[in-house]
Amino acid sequence: MSESQSNEEATTSATLYERIGGEAAVNAAVELFYRKVLNDYRINRFFGNSDMDTQIAKQKAFFTMAFGGPNNYTGQDMRNAHAHLVKMGLDSSHFDAVMEHLGATLVELNVPAELIAEAAAIAESTRNDVLGK
Amino acid sequence: MTKLTIEGKTYSCQPNETVLEALLRGQVAISHACKKGTCHSCMVRSLNAAPPEAAQAGLKSTLKTHHHFLACLCHPEQDMVIKLPDQSEFYTDGTVVVNDMLNRNTLLLIIAFKDAFEFNAGQFVNLQRADGLTRCYSIANTPQESNTLEFHIRRLSGGRFSEWLHDGIKAGDTIAVSEPRGHCFYLPERRGQGLLLVGTGTGLAPLAGILTDALAHGHSGPIYLFHGSREVEDLYRIDELRQLVAQHQNFHYMPCLSGPHVPEGFTAGRANEVALATFADLKGWRIFLCGHPAMVNQMKTMVFLKGASSADIYADAFLSTPA
Ligand SMILES: Cc1cc2nc3c(=O)[nH]c(=O)nc-3n(C[C@H](O)[C@H](O)[C@H](O)COP(=O)(O)OP(=O)(O)OC[C@H]3O[C@@H](n4cnc5c(N)ncnc54)[C@H](O)[C@@H]3O)c2cc1C
Repeated sequence: MSESQSNEEATTSATLYERIGGEAAVNAAVELFYRKVLNDYRINRFFGNSDMDTQIAKQKAFFTMAFGGPNNYTGQDMRNAHAHLVKMGLDSSHFDAVMEHLGATLVELNVPAELIAEAAAIAESTRNDVLGK
Repeated sequence: MTKLTIEGKTYSCQPNETVLEALLRGQVAISHACKKGTCHSCMVRSLNAAPPEAAQAGLKSTLKTHHHFLACLCHPEQDMVIKLPDQSEFYTDGTVVVNDMLNRNTLLLIIAFKDAFEFNAGQFVNLQRADGLTRCYSIANTPQESNTLEFHIRRLSGGRFSEWLHDGIKAGDTIAVSEPRGHCFYLPERRGQGLLLVGTGTGLAPLAGILTDALAHGHSGPIYLFHGSREVEDLYRIDELRQLVAQHQNFHYMPCLSGPHVPEGFTAGRANEVALATFADLKGWRIFLCGHPAMVNQMKTMVFLKGASSADIYADAFLSTPA
């Protein structure tokens, strides 16, 4: 008990990105996540069109952001980057599907539930910008 | 303080500055975006020393070997000589020593150089004609084989460069050759790993180099080569590859024909589809995909979905130059 408490104290100053495992965690998560997305008929048309390396780089940026890691994305960037997908019909149900895969990926990687909740909250906070609302 | 040199000009880099910050302060037009090592748009190359490890985070191992690094992540440990991407290329003159046909539409072109030409088997170069017309061609041999480069050139009907190579070049002519480029090549590590090589048409050129290199390094894992075309007359090196199968227990060669006429000893179907049907799972495999751009791009995703890690997928799409 006391041990876990002192652990918690030692880690409260660390960012979510650091606590989750930094770049190594991002790399592991991106591969799993992107396979799930490409296999999901509900949303894969939004992901499959450009070159795979480009897509993987984009997913890396997404995970770095969701983990609260170093990124410079503004709400406006999010809007610009997704505007063409909104034109293709991207809506809240697709955003939900992505959130589902994000959660499942982190569960598969044994990330503790409270960290998953934090990451999900950060990703969720981009919903309106991504959907251009 | 360290010194950064680009094309003979020197810039100072302060102790807490990154290479990108120093160059931007020096008004160097270097592309950049996220400044966090995520977007890779500021990737440059060190010409004098191995860059700090932290500046290579996330790059493919082939890029690391060639001392590519991300300027935004680099705090120099010593003075550096740096090459920006797409800077003026350097060409060397070579002499054509062989121009024979490999099959009805593929030319074997061998170019010799005075000095050793440094490259990795599987890379490509730009060939340039006197009038400046330039095209990419993959190197089909390995650097161990004397100072020559071997190319397989498919004749594209009406193609400006390929028709010139087929019809206008003879032994003894000189031709300008750029530095080798690309990171689709074999690295002698994890020798027990499975290698899957899939190519259409002259996509066999880089794969032949990669295959020779892997075998020469004693790669011990299984190596599968799927080479495809429509008709048997458009495949080549069939006997030589079968010879290699007889010599190497771990090497498997599947010539694939997508047209209606499939003689014995050949597999019916597109090379990429036959390859995918052969493996239930590609987890842990290293994959090389060369040739037709649509095949290459589609296969990249398919092998990834079959479990190959994206860092283990190497590809050269033979994109044509827009008119
Ligand atoms: C990295 C890389 C490596 C390459 N390696 C090789 C190699 O090892 N061997 C090799 O033979 N080629 C290779 N290529 C292709 C090569 O660079 C040229 O694109 C090809 O030889 C055609 O050039 P060309 O000048 O003859 O035709 P162009 O004059 O450029 O083409 C004429 C027209 O034909 C169209 N066209 C192009 N390709 C085709 C096609 N396949 N079918 C129908 N129409 C087409 C084009 O759109 C163009 O408008 C490689 C390309 C890249 C990018």
